[in-house]
Amino acid sequence: MEYESVIGLEIHVELATKSKMFCKCSTVFGEAPNTQTCPVCLGLPGSLPVANEKAVEYVIKSGLALGCDINLYSLFHRKNYFYPDMPKDYQISQYDQPLCINGLIDLDMGDYQTRIGITRIHLEEDTGKLIHVGGAGRIAGAEYSLVDFNRAGVPLMEIVSEPDIRTPEEAKAYAQKLRAILQSLGVSDVSMEKGSMRVDANVSIRPKGSAEFGTKAELKNLNSFRSLQRALAYEIERQTKALNEGRPEDIVQETRHWDEAKGITSTLRTKEYAHDYRYFPDPDLVPMEFTSDYVEYLRAQLPELPDERKQRFMREYGLPVHEANLLTESKAMGDFFEETVKLYKGDPKAVANWMLGDMSYYLNTEGLEIDETAVTPKHLAELLKLMDKGVISGKIAKEIFPEMFETGKLPQVIVEEKGMTQISNEEEIAKIIDLVLEENASTVEEYRAGKDKAFGFLVGQAMRLTKGRGNPQLINRLLREKLQE
Amino acid sequence: MELYQMTIHELHEKLLNKEVSAKDVTESVFSRIEGVEDGVKSYLTITKEVALEQARQVDEKIAAGEKVGPLAGIPTAIKDVMCTQGIRTTCGSKILDNFIPVYTSTAVQNLFDEGIVMTGKTNMDEFAMGSSTENSGFFPTRNPWDLERVPGGSSGGSAAAVAADEAIFSLGSDTGGSIRQPASLCGIVGMKPTYGLVSRYGLVAFASSLDQIGPFTKDVTDCAIVLNHLVGHDPMDSTSVKIDRPDYTKSLVDDLKGIRIGIPKELMAEGIDPEVKKVVENALEIFSKNGALVAETSLPNLEYGLSAYYIIAPAEASSNLARFDGVRYGYRVPDPDDLMDMYMRTRAEGFGDEVKRRIMLGTYALSAGYYEAYYGKAQKVRTLIVRDFNKAFEEFDVLVSPTSPTVAFKIGEKIANPLQMYLSDICTIPVNLAGLPGISVPCGTVNGLPVGLQIIGRALGEEAILKVAYSFEQNFGWNEKPKLEIRY
Repeated sequence: MEYESVIGLEIHVELATKSKMFCKCSTVFGEAPNTQTCPVCLGLPGSLPVANEKAVEYVIKSGLALGCDINLYSLFHRKNYFYPDMPKDYQISQYDQPLCINGLIDLDMGDYQTRIGITRIHLEEDTGKLIHVGGAGRIAGAEYSLVDFNRAGVPLMEIVSEPDIRTPEEAKAYAQKLRAILQSLGVSDVSMEKGSMRVDANVSIRPKGSAEFGTKAELKNLNSFRSLQRALAYEIERQTKALNEGRPEDIVQETRHWDEAKGITSTLRTKEYAHDYRYFPDPDLVPMEFTSDYVEYLRAQLPELPDERKQRFMREYGLPVHEANLLTESKAMGDFFEETVKLYKGDPKAVANWMLGDMSYYLNTEGLEIDETAVTPKHLAELLKLMDKGVISGKIAKEIFPEMFETGKLPQVIVEEKGMTQISNEEEIAKIIDLVLEENASTVEEYRAGKDKAFGFLVGQAMRLTKGRGNPQLINRLLREKLQE
Repeated sequence: MELYQMTIHELHEKLLNKEVSAKDVTESVFSRIEGVEDGVKSYLTITKEVALEQARQVDEKIAAGEKVGPLAGIPTAIKDVMCTQGIRTTCGSKILDNFIPVYTSTAVQNLFDEGIVMTGKTNMDEFAMGSSTENSGFFPTRNPWDLERVPGGSSGGSAAAVAADEAIFSLGSDTGGSIRQPASLCGIVGMKPTYGLVSRYGLVAFASSLDQIGPFTKDVTDCAIVLNHLVGHDPMDSTSVKIDRPDYTKSLVDDLKGIRIGIPKELMAEGIDPEVKKVVENALEIFSKNGALVAETSLPNLEYGLSAYYIIAPAEASSNLARFDGVRYGYRVPDPDDLMDMYMRTRAEGFGDEVKRRIMLGTYALSAGYYEAYYGKAQKVRTLIVRDFNKAFEEFDVLVSPTSPTVAFKIGEKIANPLQMYLSDICTIPVNLAGLPGISVPCGTVNGLPVGLQIIGRALGEEAILKVAYSFEQNFGWNEKPKLEIRY
């Protein structure tokens, strides 16, 4: 039987506010344990929460950017459960009256378009961080455990999608698009690596065409877009196999852990012990009420969003849709592109080609974001200018790119250090061509006999003798002249 | 007359006139504490060193000719449910026996800033759950009028301390009557202000939507004076109201003419001890004699108040008290097998029976499948009670009732019967549900035990109830005091 997968994503995003959700403590990451704390975020007896207005604003802005309806009356609820990383043993979250509902993200998958619904966006507080000492680093078997409450109370936005996602590729595209949108809003770092963006995926399969849902598994520990895609692909394969091989009992409602190294998912906990969170409105906080004027005021402040930027890139720079898509995949990518075009003043397509070619290759290899490298728009613009001026050939440019990427040295500097400037001296090239013709007499014969390919070989030989520094146009011209003699 | 017997306004005058020093007043109160505390047992922690230092600072200021407020140098007892930095704060619970807060609650800090002298932290029913102070995790407090009897609760220690002259005034907290009922049983003045008027920051939460801090004083004048320094917006408390604080002492006017006083018949019904009812009825005559218009009224939904309260308050408490889990502070079982074992035994050993009972009640009421039937419905009842009050206040300026259905009962009399105990707050609970201000003033005795009169006002109607209470006090002219044996 043919199955289709049904995927929904729950994405937690730490908001980039200066202070925590319900107190004045700093949200700065990486400080010494328990130094960013106060009676409120430590849940000390008698302390009370006061909501961070900026965080609320960020969530509403996110909702507006994602096409949500904004609830003009919204409540904080308490989600009750015991865990040592939670100072109050309840989490202040939202329940049936979240800030935003009914949003969407449109995905351009290349050969088709699809729309993923967003059920809700709500605001809550993050928990502290547990460090288990001894044992396997997990709470079971640990000798003792330590808690760092620096993260406790950091504002957290949860974005829940509809189960509209059908493939791992769509899931990845959805998460990436969401990240780009939030980046353009500046409401979060949205870094999966730093944990400021955390993705949980619910996945089930069902016979194609069926309207009912199958039993879903929730996947955790998805620490990159790649692992999101891989984990889903693995889990869909596992579930499909289970059904095809007559083992439906292998699919149970449970939380599964993605093991990046082994490339498999395994049971973390089953839902047998489903929590009853006993949600109720937090009596320490007053209901949030907004006027539609306030919402419209925020809407008017929205910056250019990735889709708008993509359209503009196509219009303004004449980029094809695919390139425009890739260049607006993250805010940093688009910013880099535009900054380079501005400095370079040449053909934007050349900038796009370099960014999506060599640059992307090295970024992927190193697993870096574009703004995490030593390369700046100035580097790329200079490199392109050197090529345009004929100082270096495209081949040389490709050669110096990795060094530029690693060291952050400007291309001019690398070229000079290595003596890699292009040979554009006619006399010098002519000498080399003479040598090539002399050494390859049989190829010259072939060319004259009408074998066009031989010409390319001869050009290649000339390039080899110049160690790639020969001006290709010059070589072409002189070679053709000499062969016609 | 001894200094410890005096009121805030009497002592303030003597301090300003330099007839006495803050040190004299403080020492007088501590000599009284030494004399009677063995019998009354108001205090969980006595802070004599802190008090003497605070008194010294006030005396310095006065000597330097600096202006001091009416609370400067006044010995004050604080219910042990308000956090005091560096001073043990137990909430009457074994689970916080060793808990020393790192910050001071806003209400107490406001009083510190006014120069009060803190005598100590007073006994209470554990986490403010109870009406007799017998639920204290440490020991029961005794009623200064009869040491065999309870002082009421949960702020029993604070009430007894003022009634026994072990403090000039004190702070309590009132979730369902925990200030007014012990004030009534101890023959003093106790006020629960409008919800949100006094900051709850640093008040260890029992039921967040009902809790409110208020004063115990020897007379209505002192109540107004303390209120002047307790009330104020606190940015640390989202539920704190933003108002321009009036000068409450301006309401201390003896004038009942034309004041419309409603008597909710539901609060004078069966369940009220006939003797108590008689005393209250006599008191009501003072009002009519002095020109007030007294009439019976009905708030039909009050009868569901107790039931709604015993859903809402435990529900909130079940969540508020979750944090006492042995992880970060307070008691932790010494030899846990694992995390779950630590949670369970810490809480089983740390909490007393009544607290556990209410945590279970509240947990049940919020559980999936029961939420609507219990918590949801209780909130609807609460709305109906608010409407009943609003309607009554269209016709009346204040509402009056007995504070407590009985006078002080014997220690042990009701402890085995929680429902019987819960009924002690039948007249006070609706006021908390509606978030209104209420004051209890002494209005006579039954068999030598005080009876309290509850005066209820509109939201933020403290001025009206202070005026009525003050007028009543002036015209009633009651000044009986408990006769306590001094045991040195």
